[in-house]
Amino acid sequence: MPAEIPFGSRLGFASDFAAGLLDPRQAAPAAVRGPNGKAARKRYAVYRNNVTVSLIEALAATFPATRRITGDEFFRAMARFHVRKTPPCSPLLFEYGRDFPDFIAAYEFARPMSWLADVARIERAWLDAYHAADAAPLTPEALAAIPQERLAGTTFTPHPATRVVRSSYPAVTIFAANRADRPVERVEADTPEDALVSRPRLEVCVRRLPPGGAAFIAHLIAGEALGSAAEAAFAESAAFDLSANIAGMLEAGAFTAVGWENDHDGE
Amino acid sequence: MNMPVAFPHPNTPGASRFPDHPVAGIAGTSFKHEHLHSILAEGRVDGFFEVHAENYMGAGGPPHAALTRIREQHPVSLHGVCMSIGGPQPLDRAHLARFKELVERYEPALVSEHLAWSTHTTTFFNDLLPLPYTDATLQRVAEHIDEVQEAIGRPILLENPSTYVLFAESTMSETDFIRTLVRRTGCGLLLDVNNVFVSAVNHGYSALGYLADFPLEHVGEIHLAGHAEQEDDEGELLLIDSHDGPVADAVWKLYEIVIGRRGPVPTLVEWDSAIPEWPVLKAEAAAAQAILDAHAHLSLNGQAHAG
Repeated sequence: MPAEIPFGSRLGFASDFAAGLLDPRQAAPAAVRGPNGKAARKRYAVYRNNVTVSLIEALAATFPATRRITGDEFFRAMARFHVRKTPPCSPLLFEYGRDFPDFIAAYEFARPMSWLADVARIERAWLDAYHAADAAPLTPEALAAIPQERLAGTTFTPHPATRVVRSSYPAVTIFAANRADRPVERVEADTPEDALVSRPRLEVCVRRLPPGGAAFIAHLIAGEALGSAAEAAFAESAAFDLSANIAGMLEAGAFTAVGWENDHDGE
Repeated sequence: MNMPVAFPHPNTPGASRFPDHPVAGIAGTSFKHEHLHSILAEGRVDGFFEVHAENYMGAGGPPHAALTRIREQHPVSLHGVCMSIGGPQPLDRAHLARFKELVERYEPALVSEHLAWSTHTTTFFNDLLPLPYTDATLQRVAEHIDEVQEAIGRPILLENPSTYVLFAESTMSETDFIRTLVRRTGCGLLLDVNNVFVSAVNHGYSALGYLADFPLEHVGEIHLAGHAEQEDDEGELLLIDSHDGPVADAVWKLYEIVIGRRGPVPTLVEWDSAIPEWPVLKAEAAAAQAILDAHAHLSLNGQAHAG
């Protein structure tokens, strides 16, 4: 990268110019000016402002519920800290903000909203699902065709959009209330909620998983067979309902194909 | 050099996924996802649509579904924003590969990028940043354009920037820099008339003078957009290339002069922020189309057709 630019080749302008873009304490680079030798402090500040504001806007676009919860002023102040500390390292802005939920979790002023980081995690997963590769979801017929005795050994290929977000707070309810195009009603929920984020066709879906559901789907995504994923789910919650969870994951289009454990030739 | 910008036909016969919608002499607009339903509801819209390449670099989902619908019925212009062609460091190979993939997938009528940079070391700044005009930067930018054109197998249109600062080390004018790039790389030009106006006001030179020096014969597309007003360090007018409102009267005037000289070049109205309802954007494109139509008797070098 910079090492490939030969020393003294007069290509150092970008280093000088970039140095102050995310650091308002730095002066404008010495090499820039206005016409006829005019000063360029405010002129350089236009670039600094474009960079900072456009990246804050990018976070606001990715995390609209988070912003609605905190209010615009709070969100922008929080996002500004994050943008300056962790600017994007890819030109694809829809990849930006992966570290933002962790940043929120550690952000002092957001501490009273302990669930805020989890809402942001659901929003980040939502955008991943939105841009994920297209794939046809598994049909109920394909699953019904599996002989009963082979069900426990059946494995599932996750849809590229599928994500599970676990929360100790009612994050799904809060997310849903703040992404809907209507006034937010008082959120009464106070139980932990896990989210299943999927995109069976073009619409991203965020569902609240029933007890044990997150463990079940996470184990299936990890490649474990239905039997052991169900065991893990029961171990987590005695209330785990296998058939309801299978119906739910089919409806969500969370998987695309079935295979068989220890059967690498497939069928 | 008087070679008009001529793209080889981008499609291998028989291999094309999309109809070959010609873009010559027509106006278009930025394609914004929120306008998709209004556009589709109208049936066929006479015009082309331009997209920012980076917004379609995800694997799948609604962006590709929408762009596929649009491309089936209209010419599409693929406008790269983040290649960082004007920067000193090597181009991002992965980004270039994604760009090439989009060119192959959507068979765009026009492909363009900026004379600017946006990435330095590993940081992406999400803005079109300026460069000094020197022999060293000319050499580097020419290499970058060659690399892009080689990768995608066709020439690009390079867009003139809007700038707020000048570099003390510049040794040539922007128009000389651009003209030399065209000669060295064979690229075409995307003339952003709003950028010309914004830079001319910001740096106190004549927009008409700039246009007189600009190699208009290589222009394959024109951009029009709105700008905002601020103040510089001395309290004088500083224009911001904001793309958040209608095209200014002065920019329409310059545009008409350019079309009168160059002939009817495909023209795009950009609107990227504070995006209005579709009819407002469509009306801006219709205003550009009226100017193009008024000059339809001119060939692309600005000469009146014989007979």
